[in-house]
Amino acid sequence: MSDQKRVIVVGGGLAGLAASIRIAEAGVGVDLFSMVPVKRSHSVCAQGGINACNDVARQQGYSEYQHFDETLIGGDFLNDQHPVLEMTNWAPKIIDLLDRMGVPFNRSNEGFRDLRLFGGSLFKRTHFAGATTGQQLLYALDEQTRRFASEGKIHMKEFWEFLWPIIEDGRCVGIVAQDMRTMQIQSFRADAVVMATGGCGLVFGKSTNSVICTGGAASRCFQAGAWYGNAEMIQVHPTAIPGADKCRLMSESARGEGGRVWVPAKKGDTRRPTDIPENERYYLLEERYPKYGNLVPRDIATREIFDVCVNDHMGINGTNQVYLDLTHKDPDYLTEKLGGILDIYEKFAGEDPRYTPMRIFPAVHYSMGGMWTTYTAGDYQPSAPLGAHVPGADVPVGTEPGLGLKMGAHNNAMTNITGLYAFGEVNFAYHGATRLGANALLSCIFDGLCNGVSVVNYVRDGGHTPASEVSQGVFDAATKQEQAKHDALLETTANATGDRAYNPYQIAFELGEEMNAASTVVKTGPGLEKCLSKVEELRERYAKVELGDGAMWTNQSLSFTRTVGDMLIMGEMIAKSGLLREESRGSHYRTDFPERDDEKFWKTSVAKFNTETGKSDIEFVEVKAGLIKLRPRDYGKTDDSGPKPQSAKKETAGAS
Amino acid sequence: MSEAEAYSYDAEMRKENRKKAVAGRSVIFKIKRCDGPGKPMRWESFKVPITDGSNVISSLNWIAANPTTVDGQQTTPVVWDSNCLEEVCGACTMVINGRVRQSCSCLIDEYAPLEGDVITLEPMTKFPVVRDLWVNRDRLFNNLTRVKAWVPIDGTYSMGPGPKATHDLQQMRYALSECMSCGCCLEACPQFVKVEDEEKWDNAFIGAHAISQARLFNEHGTGKRLKGERMDELISEGGISECGNAQNCVKVCPKGIPLTESIGAIGRSATVHSIKKFFTK
Repeated sequence: MSDQKRVIVVGGGLAGLAASIRIAEAGVGVDLFSMVPVKRSHSVCAQGGINACNDVARQQGYSEYQHFDETLIGGDFLNDQHPVLEMTNWAPKIIDLLDRMGVPFNRSNEGFRDLRLFGGSLFKRTHFAGATTGQQLLYALDEQTRRFASEGKIHMKEFWEFLWPIIEDGRCVGIVAQDMRTMQIQSFRADAVVMATGGCGLVFGKSTNSVICTGGAASRCFQAGAWYGNAEMIQVHPTAIPGADKCRLMSESARGEGGRVWVPAKKGDTRRPTDIPENERYYLLEERYPKYGNLVPRDIATREIFDVCVNDHMGINGTNQVYLDLTHKDPDYLTEKLGGILDIYEKFAGEDPRYTPMRIFPAVHYSMGGMWTTYTAGDYQPSAPLGAHVPGADVPVGTEPGLGLKMGAHNNAMTNITGLYAFGEVNFAYHGATRLGANALLSCIFDGLCNGVSVVNYVRDGGHTPASEVSQGVFDAATKQEQAKHDALLETTANATGDRAYNPYQIAFELGEEMNAASTVVKTGPGLEKCLSKVEELRERYAKVELGDGAMWTNQSLSFTRTVGDMLIMGEMIAKSGLLREESRGSHYRTDFPERDDEKFWKTSVAKFNTETGKSDIEFVEVKAGLIKLRPRDYGKTDDSGPKPQSAKKETAGAS
Repeated sequence: MSEAEAYSYDAEMRKENRKKAVAGRSVIFKIKRCDGPGKPMRWESFKVPITDGSNVISSLNWIAANPTTVDGQQTTPVVWDSNCLEEVCGACTMVINGRVRQSCSCLIDEYAPLEGDVITLEPMTKFPVVRDLWVNRDRLFNNLTRVKAWVPIDGTYSMGPGPKATHDLQQMRYALSECMSCGCCLEACPQFVKVEDEEKWDNAFIGAHAISQARLFNEHGTGKRLKGERMDELISEGGISECGNAQNCVKVCPKGIPLTESIGAIGRSATVHSIKKFFTK
């Protein structure tokens, strides 16, 4: 059967590749657009592992349903519940598939897949391949994609940048993209478009994200009318290695093995850390939290480190850095327990952490928010939402496909724009207000595999005019629109004043500084208002931006400068959503509203772009729940009525 | 000095440099530039202030925001390829002070510890230049297709787990699977030469990375299904017989992948495969 219909997938990380494979396998042609060779996508950076119920944990009382419950409490109940249930039900099958693709998952003595303990669970449910699980999963999908490409079923468009979704009569019928090498701008037809473009870490300046994680593609869809959910929910990891170019993650197992966090007690003390005597050090977590010390939950650790540096200006040499000190431990012990991550630190920081305290600081890591998507709920519809699940108790629902989501429903993971889908990190639905460690890889692959089927059904049975029959004028107009924006930027080189205020790199730098200071770890109303006025100032300056390179060939400056404009729009939306959410929930912490306020804010923030003001309009809509009841999110606190939560439980949450 | 000695000398030197790095210094970046295919190469130098933790990437970022050469000439930001900046994606590979490596993990303290020290940046020489330090490495990925570097699964539907694997096999395969397709092994290989014409890629030397990937999939329970086809490719023109055993590949691999072991293993398989083919003709 020859099928003329085609799907465009934008982004070649885990979500984009899983979608491409699934859609191509079903016989629908795929055009896969990526700014980098897909094997170099940001998924490669994930380390920790991928969560799934497994036979061993099952015999200990664990279940897919428990994984579901953990993900919701982890997300402070801001997740859409049905997609999460479907995802956790699929998880063991996804591991099996990856295993069949040849992922070298670590093996036990008997040759079974090995498991490790991870955040938010008392059960070993995390599968891993060395310390580079994301890399290994990405490579497996990359290999299958190459196989399909060699058979002509997937058409690779690498080094192409997505510029705009083409929307005709409320339906997405293609995209405009630019070849990053030749600079050619072109429109492409598609019967459906899947955005799988990841997070927006670069809006915050330096983050743990890769260079291409600007949020630019999502911002362009937003400006074209796609809604954006929970923009304010940004995960900040407490321990990253600050670098001159980016922040690299330092696993929390360093603190688990006895690492102590401190700063010089005297502000501005410039001595080397090893020259500062014990009594002139301020062990901030041990002093502020005598009971848990350095093993306080990660959100507290993140907030306190931030507070000491940003508010008290007590960071090392006045910078935003604190010491994470392991030098009191035996170097051989450290090598045995933490060798891999210590070598990474040494390679990039140039110092051996066995003998010199590491310098770390929290860094933006993951965006729980993303493009708003909808779905059709599956067959599991309890008459009333249930309470907390107890390990070993009867599970109220099976694990076959179709209980959480109706399998193959056209609108699963579809945005408010018909035919435009959002998969992976750029989809807001799965992780609520905080993502659990080792759930990201899962949600990306799940989206591709499960909701890829919805894309296929939609293009086959949607009953709409095939994209091949849409008037050429629509595509020509879209190309023209993007060409005009492009040419206008190029023209700014002609009469450049050289004023630093209009330098795109300077504007991006100031945006990052402001967003990081006001809209990450600790937020306040006045701080966010100030942030919004700073973004406004930057946008005024951006209107007069001066491009530093007028080349018509491989012009990276042009691409970057264009993205800065889109990042400013993201910044405004993130800060405004944070300002309007007057409560604290998960990663979103407001000192002026320190409690969770379910009555007013057990709601998804939905941002819509206002083309008149050029800004976002935010509304709060009901979270799609109904399966599990709200309850307090209290781990990390001691509970005398039951077993104490393991300190490792929260410590490793999100360490992927 | 042998290659191996040179490498350990290099590591020692970098460690020593780290200790004598001067705070607040500026260093000179001498960069080989080219505006595009067929355009002439030129050198431009930039004086870049070095801060704590500076690496080649942060220095190129600084130059992008301040594109003025040491001669006071206004120029364009330098173009280069990069993504993860954690030495795991392979994108930012270039030739730094004459040696191929990733630029993200190249710390300035280790290469230019004193005021006015010079760091030279050049594009890889075995691939066509796109612009400045960015080269077109499509051929590298094409060669993965040549050896069918994948497991031929039946499909993505639920069909239970894959073949059980021993701990030792997993360890061996994991080491090979860390290859990030950066191309260092190809840059250092005397047998791998630049081929501009895409039509000729399939008959040119395939390179250590692809030979090692062939071994990775030959060793997998399902992957070995395609072993015959992989070996056919590897005993044809541009295959393993063109390896000159210089062993440079293994010395420059940033991930310590046992490439010469893979070449040895595939060499033995190739011999067996050729004999089999001879008798089954």
